[in-house]
Amino acid sequence: MLSTELCGIKMENPLLLAAGILGTTAASINRVLDSGAGGAVTKSFSKYPNIGYKNPTIAEIEGGIINSVGLSSPGVELFKEELSLINRKNNEDINNNEGEYNKIAVASIYGSTPDEFVFVSSKIEDLVDMIELNISCPHAMAGYGSAIGKCPNNTFEVVNAVKNNVSVPILTKLTPNVTDIKEIALSAQKAGSDGITVINSLGPGMRIDVNAGVPILKNKFGGLSGPAIKPIAIKHVYELYDTLDIPIVGVGGIKTSEDVVEFLYAGSNATQIGTSIMYEGLEIFSRLTSNLIDFMKEKGFKTIDEMIGYAH
Amino acid sequence: MNNGYQILEIKDIVFNTETIKTFIFNWKMEGEEITKPGQFMMVWNFNGEGDEKPMSLSKIDLDNEEIGITVKNVGKFTNNLHSLKIGDELGIRGPYGNNFNLNGDNILAIGGGVGMAPLKSFVEHVKSKNKNVDVVIASITQCELLFEEDFKKIGVDVFTSTDDGTCGYKGFATHRTIDLLKSRTYDMAVVCGPEIMMKGILNILEDNGIPGQYSMERYMKCAVGICGQCCVDNTGWRVCIEGPIFSSEEIKQITEFGNYHRDGSGIKRE
Repeated sequence: MLSTELCGIKMENPLLLAAGILGTTAASINRVLDSGAGGAVTKSFSKYPNIGYKNPTIAEIEGGIINSVGLSSPGVELFKEELSLINRKNNEDINNNEGEYNKIAVASIYGSTPDEFVFVSSKIEDLVDMIELNISCPHAMAGYGSAIGKCPNNTFEVVNAVKNNVSVPILTKLTPNVTDIKEIALSAQKAGSDGITVINSLGPGMRIDVNAGVPILKNKFGGLSGPAIKPIAIKHVYELYDTLDIPIVGVGGIKTSEDVVEFLYAGSNATQIGTSIMYEGLEIFSRLTSNLIDFMKEKGFKTIDEMIGYAH
Repeated sequence: MNNGYQILEIKDIVFNTETIKTFIFNWKMEGEEITKPGQFMMVWNFNGEGDEKPMSLSKIDLDNEEIGITVKNVGKFTNNLHSLKIGDELGIRGPYGNNFNLNGDNILAIGGGVGMAPLKSFVEHVKSKNKNVDVVIASITQCELLFEEDFKKIGVDVFTSTDDGTCGYKGFATHRTIDLLKSRTYDMAVVCGPEIMMKGILNILEDNGIPGQYSMERYMKCAVGICGQCCVDNTGWRVCIEGPIFSSEEIKQITEFGNYHRDGSGIKRE
């Protein structure tokens, strides 16, 4: 009932683990897949190892957190080993038209130049079902993350370069921290992106501890995520659904099955869950899928497809 | 969820050894802030260059509402902590993770080096329940033996071992434990120390049919179960949520236990 398709790839349900949350190792990703997720996006990685920012890298806010983990990763060569150990179940493995058992792995990659994105994606495309281009991290080093995704031309160049060099579907993850997200999204679509993921974390924002008298995050600024950002994510999905011809993966603040429905109604083909694992634990995936089935039965929906864009 | 920091004055500093100090803080023991032996705190030193690390609690005084963290000076962060004085402030959030469970009447605690820290609060808890507890304290040399006098004061039998033989048994915690188990037996054991030591102890306790609870340490960032930094192979358990205490049955499933850990960028280190 929950099976769906994203860029031609079947998934047993429309709930993916979002990039940056628990996607650090194959063991962790496998645990998330076993917990009921239809797929998982890895933590972002690039050509070289990166230590990220010093602690504190997370600070609580009303309705979520701000974080400045800072794209820490062991680099593509070492991360390849993790990718090869993910228990994904893709279309070829299972002769099941419904796709009820398909669990997909999506590699989130970052870089500072089109060449770097191509280098990394070429190395790992055989190990994953899809690649998500992180051109939207709000607290990345200069020249990385949202430095690319805030500019339509830079976005085009990165997406186009990767598209011309790899054969797996490409998702481009966009930042909401721009004047006009439609222009950037159209640029990614024109460059050949197979889908769009919206939104990366908001901001960056900042918190100061009034008793310590200093910013809490060592990096001072960090991306805002959690339930507080959901209305902005919904708005972007809704708007891009009317703008684009390619599928949308909605992410930002999902905590309940109603949140998932909201994203589907706005126009998402699939959704991603991240920060709310902090509140709900890994059980969030099985609870949301079971509640989603109840909701669909109550409203008379037979497939996820019928719900996509329902609110338009 | 205790994600907010409490900015706390250092109430007292105990000089345990030449390289180890215990910092005492007031801590309100109410609701989610009630702490249990084996749990840990994230300790934020916002003074100077800053940083934040997980620290287990060596002291949990529910009546006087005090906690203590015991810190060995091993690097930049701990060196900075050691330079702090009574009245200086640190940011503390927690408690996080699971805790030691008291199962039985006759308990053995085995600690190596500063690994004695979480065992100290557990041993005191066991004594407060009027159960028997013996302690094996291991260190490299005599002046690094931690909490020996504190344990003796509360009537705990202490068995020391030093690598260089300067105090007590000459040898490792494993040798001392094998020797001790020739004459005594226990319902359960709690263990904390270098993983190579804990791995050796695991084998000994398994051979003797004594269930163990092991305190594991990993590099941490969020401590609230989302960043993925402290996940272990091949179970994917988060040390900050499913740990830091693992039973014998659990620790045997952690393939990286005693073999490697991951650094801040996720690279495996031995």
